Amino acid sequence: MAHIINTPLSKAQVKELKAGDQVSINGYIYAARDAAHKRMIELISAGRELPFDIKDQIIYYVGPCPAKEGQAIGSAGPTTSSRMDSYAPKLIELGLTGMIGKGLRSKEVIDAMVRFGSVYFGAIGGAGALIAESIKEEELIAFPELGPEAIRKLKVKDFSATVIIDSFGNDLYKIGREKFRL
Amino acid sequence: MKCIDVGQIIQTTEELCINANYFLNDDILKSLKDGLSREECQTGRVVLESLVRNAEIAARDEMAICQDTGMAVVFVELGQDVHITGGSLIEAINEGVRRGYKKGCLRNSVVGDPIFRTNTGDNTPAVIHFNIIEGDCLQIEVAPKGFGSENMSSLKMLKPSDGIDGVKSFILDTVDKAGPNPCPPIVVGVGIGGTMEKAAFLAKKALLRPVGENSSVDYVRKLEEEMLESINKLGIGPAGLGGRITALAVNIEVFPTHIAGLPVAVNISCHATRHAKAVL
Repeated sequence: MAHIINTPLSKAQVKELKAGDQVSINGYIYAARDAAHKRMIELISAGRELPFDIKDQIIYYVGPCPAKEGQAIGSAGPTTSSRMDSYAPKLIELGLTGMIGKGLRSKEVIDAMVRFGSVYFGAIGGAGALIAESIKEEELIAFPELGPEAIRKLKVKDFSATVIIDSFGNDLYKIGREKFRL
Repeated sequence: MKCIDVGQIIQTTEELCINANYFLNDDILKSLKDGLSREECQTGRVVLESLVRNAEIAARDEMAICQDTGMAVVFVELGQDVHITGGSLIEAINEGVRRGYKKGCLRNSVVGDPIFRTNTGDNTPAVIHFNIIEGDCLQIEVAPKGFGSENMSSLKMLKPSDGIDGVKSFILDTVDKAGPNPCPPIVVGVGIGGTMEKAAFLAKKALLRPVGENSSVDYVRKLEEEMLESINKLGIGPAGLGGRITALAVNIEVFPTHIAGLPVAVNISCHATRHAKAVL
């Protein structure tokens, strides 16, 4: 059975999630990738406010395709998370409790997740059309000049993901690979 | 001599960009389904089923298989008896890419300068490879390349003494390090020989060969089979969550090289490995 998450994602619920768990996410999450992360860190360094309150929120590493007429959003699968590794620890420190992406994370990110209480979810890379079915609304909220890299607020329903790295530092990529390595 | 107008080239390129991004090729679809019966990991099977379902949705709704609709890599085989009329061939291909990405609601993923990084807003320029061949045909093959997998690719100038064992370890090491990042199950394109850029080109070109079709060179075919088996023992599995089906195919191309060198390039491609072609 999948854990049901209704955003915002509290630190208490983060602690209940273990690597390998399936989750179904509902509510609002925020789309941001490379260029948006760079901008957010610049804002923080300048002592300015972020475009959204990051506390107890989930960021989805995605740059979606434009929506066709009648669609809420175009194809919208995860991008490689490691490119956000240099920015993520600061956001986790500020209260970000969830990240959705695909691929490996750095030690610095995992350390911050354990220290402050945050979880890393994996969505299926390459399944952008399937994932788009669980995104019901898309609203561009910051940096429109970044095009596909602008920050978007997404309303999701039954968004499926897997806990890859939990707040205790367990990593499904390592566990899974060890189990099947010959 | 045959005359081909740029208008026809623009339209064809536009259609190819859209088709490559909407419709997963049959060889890949078949390979994913075959993988389902061989995958021992339950989560891995769920991922493979999801990828098949994803392809069905993309085809049904005519939308991109993946949001990373790639940088458009275009392979052009130009017959030497063809005369292009009405404008520039390069411009025509770029215009086709521009129109295709706009019309198909495909993502603009190209920045104009690698350092200053402003989005060009129309997914141009394309990376175009020309090959002049005999005859009076023009073949255009569009292979949109996503960078989740492109970033995991690697090239190494081995020593001749490293031999085939050196090649094997380099391929395996590249895939192992890539782990879950390139959206496995992957297709691995390998170029061996030539010069540095020739090896890289061959690795890319190898990705155009259908999954399940091995090299006609005997030792290369054996190497492809052996590497596929070794890669699928790494345990990475679909989406990197553990399992057997890490790669769908290893396609290797070879070319003569210098007495002092053994260049090897490994170009990793995601499960979609998109490409569509047309002949004018």
